[in-house]
Amino acid sequence: MSFEPKIVAFLCNWCSYRGADLAGTSRMKSTPNVRPIRVMCSGRVEPALILKAFTAGADGVLVLGCHLGDCHYTEGNYKAARRIPLLKKMLEQFGIEDERVRLDWVSASEGANFVSIVNDITAKVRELGPFQRAS
Amino acid sequence: MAKLKLAIYWAASCGGCDVAILDTNERILDIAAIADIVFWPLALDFKYSDVEAMEDKSIDICLFNGAVRNSEQEHIAKLLRAKSKAMVAFGACACFGGIPALANFTNRAEVFERAYIEAPSNNNSNHTFPQTLTTVEEGDLELPEFYDTVLTLAQVVDVEYFVPGCPPPVDIINKIVDALASGQLPPVGTVFGSDKSLCDECDRVKEEKKITKIYRPHEIIPEPEKCLLEQGIICMGPATRGGCGQRCIKANMPCRGCFGPPPGVIDQGAKMLSAVASIYDVKDEAEIKKMVEEVVDPAGTFYRFGMSSSMLKRKRM
Repeated sequence: MSFEPKIVAFLCNWCSYRGADLAGTSRMKSTPNVRPIRVMCSGRVEPALILKAFTAGADGVLVLGCHLGDCHYTEGNYKAARRIPLLKKMLEQFGIEDERVRLDWVSASEGANFVSIVNDITAKVRELGPFQRAS
Repeated sequence: MAKLKLAIYWAASCGGCDVAILDTNERILDIAAIADIVFWPLALDFKYSDVEAMEDKSIDICLFNGAVRNSEQEHIAKLLRAKSKAMVAFGACACFGGIPALANFTNRAEVFERAYIEAPSNNNSNHTFPQTLTTVEEGDLELPEFYDTVLTLAQVVDVEYFVPGCPPPVDIINKIVDALASGQLPPVGTVFGSDKSLCDECDRVKEEKKITKIYRPHEIIPEPEKCLLEQGIICMGPATRGGCGQRCIKANMPCRGCFGPPPGVIDQGAKMLSAVASIYDVKDEAEIKKMVEEVVDPAGTFYRFGMSSSMLKRKRM
């Protein structure tokens, strides 16, 4: 059987979760590998949660928030925009591939964008193979 | 009251923790008054066979310093565990992996390559590496097996108490001596430190935390009264347990995190990374890139003492 990656997706309540909802109600098809977790803001996704997702069985982690400037809490997504690149630099030192973590922006009206991001990260992580956990 | 029996052991450590015990100065006499030291390789000439000959649980308390990175250290940790009523992870290395655990960014093969081939003082054209077993005319010579991954003490045996610090401060050692003397040891699992973060205890003036540049310690002479983070220096205070007496802060140096995470924090490095990114007050992509570049070695900085006990534990092999 071919490898099917598990992707944990942290979706912000105000934009991205609604974007995912729109994709669903519009009957758009996307790969079924994503496990969505609704959070109030992409700024709520502290780096420890991403590490925890990996240690708990995820092969990839997706963080989606409102477009910059659109944050319901004004600044939350800017915090995410700073944390995730720094986290990625650190993950590289741990030998964790860049493509396993992705931060992107999906508004409530962008169902199609949600589908394309989900399909893209699924394909990339599938190619990388399973995330190797430390024993 | 019969005298207590105390053992002190060093595994993957520098010896600083042993010296910290001697730094209690005249109180070392109090220690000698309440306890017989039955094993202390750094200071006294006992053999492993002396420990093996002891009854199980006959040592009252064992202060174990250093991380575990080879089979000898693991064997002695298990031996001392069997012989001791209370096992204490003494110092940052035993508690969290400490500086030796930075080797978890590499592995045995790379460590050997560096130590026995690349290091400038070597003359090893035959590429000889240590072997666990070498047979010579006189018989077999054995060496411990070196591990790929550096472990904390608690990852090898059950541990009753944790004493963080690189090395543990003298006043905390004195607290342990007092607890031993009174026979009133705290509940199992106690960490000898504060329940607050270092920031919470720090005497420096703290205002709004917003920075636009990160300085490495050698690039700036910090103001002595002002929060070091607010001056752009990565100080691990927000993600580090207090109780150390602010030794580094008072010397105008940033906290490096040797007391480990405060209660409730599961991953010290992730927490600190989050804090640094949060206070770095920029919004556009180029400036964010500059921030990422300014944190030269994020994993080594944020997990300087905490690699073994971190969520990721080591680099993928």
